[in-house]
Amino acid sequence: MIRIEHLVKSFGPLEVLKDISTQVDTGEVVAIIGPSGSGKSTLLRCINLLEVPTAGHIFIDGIDITSPKCDILKVRQNVGMVFQHFNLFPHKTVLGNLTYAPMKVKGLSKADAGKIALDLLAKVGLSEKADQYPSRLSGGQKQRVAIARALAMEPDIMLFDEPTSALDPEMVKEVLDVMKGLADTGITMCIVTHEMGFAREVADRVLFLDGGYLVEDAPPDIFFSSPKSDRAQQFLEKVL
Amino acid sequence: MNLDFGQIIPSLPFILQGILVTLRFTVLSALLGFTLGTLLSLLKISSIKPLRWFAEFYTSIFRGTPLILQLALVYFATPQIIGYKITPIEAGVFTFSLNSAAYSSETIRAGIMAVDKGQREASMSLGVAYRPMMLDIILPQAFKNILPALVNETIALLKDSALVSTIGVLDLMRRAQVVAGQTFLYFEPLLVVGVVYYVMVMGLTQAAQVLERRMRRSD
Ligand SMILES: Nc1ncnc2c1ncn2[C@@H]1O[C@H](COP(=O)(O)OP(=O)(O)OP(=O)(O)O)[C@@H](O)[C@H]1O
Ligand SMILES: [Mg+2]
Repeated sequence: MIRIEHLVKSFGPLEVLKDISTQVDTGEVVAIIGPSGSGKSTLLRCINLLEVPTAGHIFIDGIDITSPKCDILKVRQNVGMVFQHFNLFPHKTVLGNLTYAPMKVKGLSKADAGKIALDLLAKVGLSEKADQYPSRLSGGQKQRVAIARALAMEPDIMLFDEPTSALDPEMVKEVLDVMKGLADTGITMCIVTHEMGFAREVADRVLFLDGGYLVEDAPPDIFFSSPKSDRAQQFLEKVL
Repeated sequence: MNLDFGQIIPSLPFILQGILVTLRFTVLSALLGFTLGTLLSLLKISSIKPLRWFAEFYTSIFRGTPLILQLALVYFATPQIIGYKITPIEAGVFTFSLNSAAYSSETIRAGIMAVDKGQREASMSLGVAYRPMMLDIILPQAFKNILPALVNETIALLKDSALVSTIGVLDLMRRAQVVAGQTFLYFEPLLVVGVVYYVMVMGLTQAAQVLERRMRRSD
């Protein structure tokens, strides 16, 4: 469970997140949407401390990860992240990408890490690519490998930052399908996305950010059919 | 002009043994220099200001003074200051490593900065600590990018290594001078080692090109 209390994030004089409070329950799938520059990525990156909050608290399973005493590396082991541009390790094979952190960080043996990795590759439909280098894969395949790489650490929480935005249209579905499958496994997911159809179908809740404010926090059917705020209405008119 | 290569033929083995001395010196200095240069480059990108200052200051010293002066200082001043009778080879390797660290640290820093920041973020998001992230993820990609520059640095080192002849290391250069002194022939021995240096540099350049091509193929 993630609990965010009065989260503020500034870059120098620029306040990007303004007093955000919300909660994501275990197993919940939350879609984070909003216009460009509204702070969606920043909010997501605060949850695994890629950005250090300026003020406020974030609790994961009751532990305050913004406390200076908190072991950041431990937090990150439990919170996987998938990036818009995949960020696969180009000098490692697909299998190497999946086994690196489990071996290095968790100390798994090569055999154990390999077994987990091959399992995950099968789940994302890329078993035959295990020995390829990332440069040989299509965008959709790269993103599925990236999802598998994050899952290889067996995290309780997965963060996705526009996982399909860098993909050619015909590859979006294969990645969304993998994510749908994942949502059904009961893992907690926070997804920044522009895929409104996907958000509507898969998310348990929608967070709408605008100008650094959390403007709406509602179930998707309510958010998409009758948004409370003008800003959300305007946004939906533009994207739907 | 009458050249007399006949007279230096007996000295050829003596001269050519200098190849090993020069090569060993260069390889050792390059390895130590690049290792130290890597550490320096990490200081330069560190978030701790005094460490950055130290690294910048270090670099400016070694770039701002002549190498031959650094060499003389290390060789002649070490016994005076710490009472240790440093050998010419030790003084040479020491100075050249420190010097090459200063130059290569700039190159390596640029190489690290050129690695996509997403690589760092991906490593961090997986819970990988700073040291393995650098050693396993960032530096391998950085070195791949800057390999040509490091080969050039090694070539410069190989040529500059002739400077250690001034403190008495029996390298290629020094051996040519010894033979010249014995035979009173200057052009012939110097020409011979000139050709040897040239061949070694061309060899390194070729090897680097092959390596680069092979690495490009793996992309
Ligand atoms: N490292 C940074 N330094 C300074 N400003 C930043 C930094 N990261 C983000 N910002 C600024 O913070 C604001 C919010 O950025 P963020 O990336 O969170 O927006 P976003 O909602 O994810 O937008 P997009 O849909 O374009 O990805 C923007 O104005 C951006 O310019
Ligand atoms: Mg973003």
